[in-house]
Amino acid sequence: METKKLTCIVCPLGCHVEITKNDGTFNVTGNKCPRGEKYAIEEMTNPTRVVPTTVVIKNASLSRLPVKTSKPVPKKDIFKVMELINQVEVEAPIKTGDIVIENILGLNVNIVATRSMKSVI
Amino acid sequence: MKYDIVVIGGGPAGLAAAVEANKNGIKNILVLERDRELGGILQQCIHNGFGLHIFKEELTGPEYAERFMDELKELNIEYKLNTMVIDISEDKVITAVSPTDGIISIQAKAVILAMGCRERTRGAISIPGSRPAGILSAGTAQRYLNMEGYMVGKKVVIVGSGDIGLIMARRMTLEGAEVKAVVELMPFSGGLNRNIVQCLDDFDIPLMLGHTITEIRNGNRVTGVSVSKVDENLKVVEGTTFDIECDTILFSVGLIPENELSLKAGVELSEVTNGAVVNESMETSVPGIFACGNVLHVHDLVDYVTEESRKAGRFAVKYVKGEINGDKENVIDTKPLNGISYIVPQKLRTAYLDDNVSLYMRVRNVYEKATFVIKADGEIIKEIKKTHLAPGEMERLSIKTDLIKNRNISELTVEVVEEVK
Ligand SMILES: Cc1cc2nc3c(=O)[nH]c(=O)nc-3n(C[C@H](O)[C@H](O)[C@H](O)COP(=O)(O)OP(=O)(O)OC[C@H]3O[C@@H](n4cnc5c(N)ncnc54)[C@H](O)[C@@H]3O)c2cc1C
Ligand code: SF4
Repeated sequence: METKKLTCIVCPLGCHVEITKNDGTFNVTGNKCPRGEKYAIEEMTNPTRVVPTTVVIKNASLSRLPVKTSKPVPKKDIFKVMELINQVEVEAPIKTGDIVIENILGLNVNIVATRSMKSVI
Repeated sequence: MKYDIVVIGGGPAGLAAAVEANKNGIKNILVLERDRELGGILQQCIHNGFGLHIFKEELTGPEYAERFMDELKELNIEYKLNTMVIDISEDKVITAVSPTDGIISIQAKAVILAMGCRERTRGAISIPGSRPAGILSAGTAQRYLNMEGYMVGKKVVIVGSGDIGLIMARRMTLEGAEVKAVVELMPFSGGLNRNIVQCLDDFDIPLMLGHTITEIRNGNRVTGVSVSKVDENLKVVEGTTFDIECDTILFSVGLIPENELSLKAGVELSEVTNGAVVNESMETSVPGIFACGNVLHVHDLVDYVTEESRKAGRFAVKYVKGEINGDKENVIDTKPLNGISYIVPQKLRTAYLDDNVSLYMRVRNVYEKATFVIKADGEIIKEIKKTHLAPGEMERLSIKTDLIKNRNISELTVEVVEEVK
């Protein structure tokens, strides 16, 4: 039997959950909603995170465009993902949801724009 | 110029209030924003964690803002950018300046204050030393990095564990900086738990609770800090000092509502929240002037900002339409007791309550298991059990209006009773 105390980070409520692993089955308590259970099990088996960051943008009123991973990526890949994102440059106009990098690291996750930016030329 | 409703500030609070007012039937609305774009502070908060209550999905700050900006534009609500309001009079004449219009004067029937807040600076918490390069507020660093792409340093110590500090610890780490520590005076963090997990724990950044900076070493730029432990009276403990080498110090020591304008309009402020004293409709002590969002009290969840601001928008419309007629009816004062630092709204006029009353509040301490006890004139009307309470996390309690209406109650109190272990 293995027990872990975790803070669910799926939403800002931050429930304090407790997960117990027993013969390959999991028992989760303390979560206010079902997403907390899913989170706790993943956190024990394969922790993942959404990565929000920016890329260089040309022809816009600002020099950075905010982006994020369309889905959470494995925690261990975060810095590899950052390295690839930092090599990208885009050009305005951009719309929220536009794909900046497709299928990053073959993870089946896209890097998408999180705001729209008009072209200034 | 004349408008029915003028909204000051185009952040999430102002946007939600304007949209809601429009949907409630007043079309003659103007939003004034001093920045070059709408969206407020959310435009620099590129991390995810916004909107789970309101949209049932997790958005980043700019995504959340854009939804309201799109709605504002679809509804053809008028707004002016680069327009800074410099004065509001008690009879609701607003003076603003902009590079294109010069000085403008606007008569409003109702005003919604949504100016947000600003960061406390190092001066506000007095740390000795000169002013070398490399000392910034966390929010300034966030704006530089996320909007201009400018990294403020390589070896960073963050003072204060509010959410902005925590978010910046991760952000700087992802961009290649080494965040040496987050130093927090109090024995608990002022930030959300999830941020401690995903911003510090994920990257093994130490959170030094009960510590303070006692010296900043520098040439032209910061070269390091001395950190010491503090005791339960927050006094430095002799012999506990150690050094951390760094080139940058980010201060994240809290936010203060930006209320200079409110004062000019004669609005009464609360000494605890530094925001206006409001009633159930988010109306201030000046009839027809409403306040919502961070200018009213500092929020950690934008969803609550939206909720509160919609209410301000809805009641501003009622005010303009003449559907609110004075304070003659039963007014209940809300009062924080043991364990609670403040409650917003401070006054409830029973005639204008919806089916449920939302009370927003902060607790003074960390409690693992506790009960909120709500009393009407000393009589318990509701108890709500909670498993984790912290000052960094605003609580919203909802009570049925039937419990307090038509009973001639004068005071509603809330206190925290800790469960004995
Ligand atoms: C760094 C940081 C991280 C956060 N993280 C989260 C999170 O993860 N999840 C979450 O739900 N919430 C989060 N929040 C909270 C949330 O973003 C805020 O509570 C919310 O943005 C407040 O909205 P507002 O409209 O009241 O203020 P603001 O967004 O500050 O908007 C106020 C607007 O008023 C304008 N203004 C001010 N004075 C004048 C004037 N005199 N004339 C004209 N315009 C004026 C300003 O330019 C600004 O645009 C975070 C907040 C910060 C600061
Ligand atoms: S368990 Fe549900 S409610 Fe609690 S933090 Fe996780 S997602 Fe939020």
